Amino acid sequence: MKAIMISGRTLAQGATCESKMSPEFFKATSSLSLSEEDFSSLGLSEGKNVQVSNQFGQVVASARSDKGLSNGLVFMPMGPYANAVIGPDTAGSGTPQFKGVEVEIKPTDMPVLDVRDMFRGMRRAKP
Amino acid sequence: MITSFEDVICSFCGCLCDDLAVEVEDDKVTKVRHSCRLGANKLMGHERIKAPMVRAGEDLKEVSYQEAYDRAAEILLCAKHPLLYGWASTVCEAQKKGILLAEEVGGIIDSTATVCHGPSIMGIEEKGMAGATLGQIKNRADLVIFWGCNPAEAHPRHTLRYSSNVCGRFTADGRGCKNVVVVDVRETKSSKNANKFVLIKPGTDYEVITALRLLVASKDDMVPDEVGGVSKKDLAEVVQVMKASKFGVLFFGLGLTHSRGRSKNIDNALSLVAELNAHTKFVVMPMRGHYNVGGMGQVAAWETGFPMSIDFARGQAYFNPGETAACEVLGHKEVDATLVVAADPASNFPRSIVDNLANMPVIQVDPYQNPTTLLADVVIPSAIAGIEAEGTAYRMDGLALRMKKLVNSPFPSDEEVIGHIIESVRRLKGTVSCNDKEA
Amino acid sequence: MIIRGGIVYDPANGIFGEEMDLCIDNGRIVEDAKGEVIDASGLLVMPGGVDAHSHIAGPKVNTGRIMSPGDSRMGTEPKTAVCRPSTGYTVPNCYAMGYRYARMGYTTAFEAATPIIESRHTHEELEEIPIIDKGALTLFGSNWEVMECVRDKDISKLAAYISWGLRASRGYGVKIVNPGGGEAWGFGSNVKGLYDPVPNFDVTPAEIIRALAQANEMLQLPHSIHLHFNNVGKPGNYTTAIETLELLKDIKPSRMRQIVHVAHMQFSAYGGTSWRDFDSQAPVIADYYNTHNHATMDLGQIIFGNATTMTADAPLEYGNARLLHAKWSNHDIELEESSGVVPLIYGRKMPINAIQWAIGLELALLTKDPWKVLMTTDHPNGGPFVNYPEVIALLMSKAKRAEEIATVHELVTKRTTLPGIEREMDWNDITIMTRAAPARVLGLEDKGHLGPGADADISIYNLKPEEVDPSKDYKLVKNALSLAKYTIKSGQVVSIDGEITATPEGKTYWVDAAVPKADMDRLMIDLKAKFERYYSIKMSNYMVQDAYVTRPMVIKTGEQVSEAVQ
Repeated sequence: MKAIMISGRTLAQGATCESKMSPEFFKATSSLSLSEEDFSSLGLSEGKNVQVSNQFGQVVASARSDKGLSNGLVFMPMGPYANAVIGPDTAGSGTPQFKGVEVEIKPTDMPVLDVRDMFRGMRRAKP
Repeated sequence: MITSFEDVICSFCGCLCDDLAVEVEDDKVTKVRHSCRLGANKLMGHERIKAPMVRAGEDLKEVSYQEAYDRAAEILLCAKHPLLYGWASTVCEAQKKGILLAEEVGGIIDSTATVCHGPSIMGIEEKGMAGATLGQIKNRADLVIFWGCNPAEAHPRHTLRYSSNVCGRFTADGRGCKNVVVVDVRETKSSKNANKFVLIKPGTDYEVITALRLLVASKDDMVPDEVGGVSKKDLAEVVQVMKASKFGVLFFGLGLTHSRGRSKNIDNALSLVAELNAHTKFVVMPMRGHYNVGGMGQVAAWETGFPMSIDFARGQAYFNPGETAACEVLGHKEVDATLVVAADPASNFPRSIVDNLANMPVIQVDPYQNPTTLLADVVIPSAIAGIEAEGTAYRMDGLALRMKKLVNSPFPSDEEVIGHIIESVRRLKGTVSCNDKEA
Repeated sequence: MIIRGGIVYDPANGIFGEEMDLCIDNGRIVEDAKGEVIDASGLLVMPGGVDAHSHIAGPKVNTGRIMSPGDSRMGTEPKTAVCRPSTGYTVPNCYAMGYRYARMGYTTAFEAATPIIESRHTHEELEEIPIIDKGALTLFGSNWEVMECVRDKDISKLAAYISWGLRASRGYGVKIVNPGGGEAWGFGSNVKGLYDPVPNFDVTPAEIIRALAQANEMLQLPHSIHLHFNNVGKPGNYTTAIETLELLKDIKPSRMRQIVHVAHMQFSAYGGTSWRDFDSQAPVIADYYNTHNHATMDLGQIIFGNATTMTADAPLEYGNARLLHAKWSNHDIELEESSGVVPLIYGRKMPINAIQWAIGLELALLTKDPWKVLMTTDHPNGGPFVNYPEVIALLMSKAKRAEEIATVHELVTKRTTLPGIEREMDWNDITIMTRAAPARVLGLEDKGHLGPGADADISIYNLKPEEVDPSKDYKLVKNALSLAKYTIKSGQVVSIDGEITATPEGKTYWVDAAVPKADMDRLMIDLKAKFERYYSIKMSNYMVQDAYVTRPMVIKTGEQVSEAVQ
């Protein structure tokens, strides 16, 4: 399913942002919210995961439904999971487009990564 | 023995609530009252980095503070163009040292504003900003508009202390005498408090603001029947409410700065508010996220002339955010080392930019571990500003307050850490050898 | 240190261009000294410049910087071994502020207006300005507590509030800007004149001004009230100026000084009924000053080119922005004040600007006593302070004025008397207007003169007053005054031929005025209620802490004052 993704602040994300290596942070920032209709049309249920992907990358998130969202609009809390699918272009403003990026959503059996695993293997050069 | 502190200033968000009551026992915060969940969590504290570390192979190994300062200085001196990033969650005294360090090493200094309200600052550079202090709003505003922000989750006590759910001299009936309008692309906890919720299509803020401006100027015939998914009738109703108010305030957040249009959205919103002043009293305010991101902008402006993204490579201040902002220079590999203070770019930058950050030397100064620690080559734990170290912070409306020190801590403050790095830089300049070394 | 052979102007001590040596020891002027000798043979020597009205630090200055990156880019200078990087022209960064004043031979500058609740910010910036000594004047003209004391005719409580407010802001004196207007602007309106009541408070600007003047004298503050009139910037406003001055003439000063200092009089010397028939009423104002002794003024001279207007007269700024279609910043401050910032350009061929330019000069030249007139540009409202030498050259040379008049809009000849003015000021006049008078007006006893005991703040210019005729050699005058040959601050050389050689940190003056405990107790009842109900912060977090004023120079007044001062 194609969708527009917004990433932003939540209470849970904010409450854990000083303990970012904790399971609470990883839980708070690795969920994707979809509208009730989109949630059921993808055959999702409590505890299921989705893969979110676009030209910038991909990430697995746990799915939940949120009746405040319109169909075709999805939300992820700000953080390393959401940023896997945010592009670097700032349109000359210095600020990437964290809200309004096009993504492809599909259900998946892959697990949500621990935040440490998301950064494993990133460092290639020595200082 | 329990010590009680009153009128403590919270060090989490741009609300800078100064009415917290804190109990401390054995140099640990044991109780926090009046705060929201975000502030309480911050003040209660978490497991933190215990000692300075330097990367050795895949692991981080503990070193002395002096070794860490010297290693950090070497990295900065050997870099052709270092970036000094973060600054938003520490006090002005540390930020001032950061600017001095950037001047000394000919680097770029930038704050988290460039992934947050940087576009707002750019909008202010175009149009200026009709603003007021939060107390002014508390006492006078009978119309409160939240656009592209969700205070219920990001600034939880904002509505009770400053905006829609508070009483003041000319607003004695509190919420009852106010009109609250929420504009967003989705329903949120904040929109539940609204008298009117306006749902707009993502990425259409600019067009919707333009439509409102035309309606304010009574150019109704230029507005189509639907703009950004909003009916002309709804837009006209919003304008009517705006003009009928005695004092309106527009609070806006990252919904405007992060979406299509970026700084142009704010430019347009600032114009809307300026034009409304021909009809009634209206002010506008960006909802600053971190408790002292505003402070970094103020300090940078009075020390360097510019509020963010300042490049000292030529020994003088150069500013052009499309060119010198952190995401730009990291994205285009125009910096080759990064010092991160009181921030977490690994979490908060787009992945491909973090990839570049991962492949240069990174120095982190922070009380807590976060994904940036996973990429760091030098890690220096510091005292928590606002709890373990005193200093100045600027609230979202520009008001400066002095953060208290509540507990003693064995850790040096950010101000001290940066000060020591400066000393190491001065001492090692000209003697450090910059060949590639094994970590 | 000894400064040898300079031609010294020290009008406060009756010295008018005498060849003499100056001796310095321990940062002060003394009768005799040893040490380094600076050869100033034949060169112009004056006390260091004192700027009594300038916007150099605080929230509105920084707003000016943030909204004008182009301005910062204009004045960019690289760092040196001694100096941090500089930026800015109308809104310099803090370092440039100090360096540029010092290069010009100025050693003291006062911030014209700080709102109490935001004075922490003002002091953060003042602390960052190198070299010069400084202070800030605290805003009182639209505060709720002030208006309530005035309404209740309670001058002793008002005096207690001023005392408390000066301590809370570490301020030096009482600044009043468009009194009452700052509150009216809270809901978007303004006061139209001295007798227009402030909405919701039932007091008039006239009552506010008189009460503050009385309280100022009750406290025996070193400075008088410092007043920005109502109706500033409006055609026909000269009547408000005269009316307001008349209002105060019966009040007795508690010290040997004026009862009121008027800020940037140029902006209040306007005749006409609209911008179309706008003309200069400077002669009327000057005439008033020539026949009354209770007031002083500073000029607020216009400099053509870029300027940034910034003032607590917020409605004026809104008006400017609409008139000029300019970018506009506004900042209303709870329970206390309002302010606005609008960058603009003064054009020679703009008829209004040309007339404004002439008015400032007329005021100086037509007022006979230079002790009543301080030379300022209301930096950066009229123009940046680095242009002071331009103003000085104009005041000293009719030929220069004629040359300039030929380049500005011709309405100058019809709407002002400037072309016909013959007077040319001399070095005495200039020293008085830029050194001796500002110090006296502010009540700074150790500044603005070179008698024993004075701070050793001295400027030596590369100009021989006995050989140069300022009337003809105005280009030389302007160049020489732009970059002092030597600037000495507290006995230390800080600038040589325009290059900063040292950056010591200056002192911050503030006034600690004592009042009877009973009055302070009554005040605290009011304030406690205001903090509980209306302020957005706690009283315990409100006061400016010691950490923000690291080199204080505290002037005590009131009950603690010794007989010597009286």
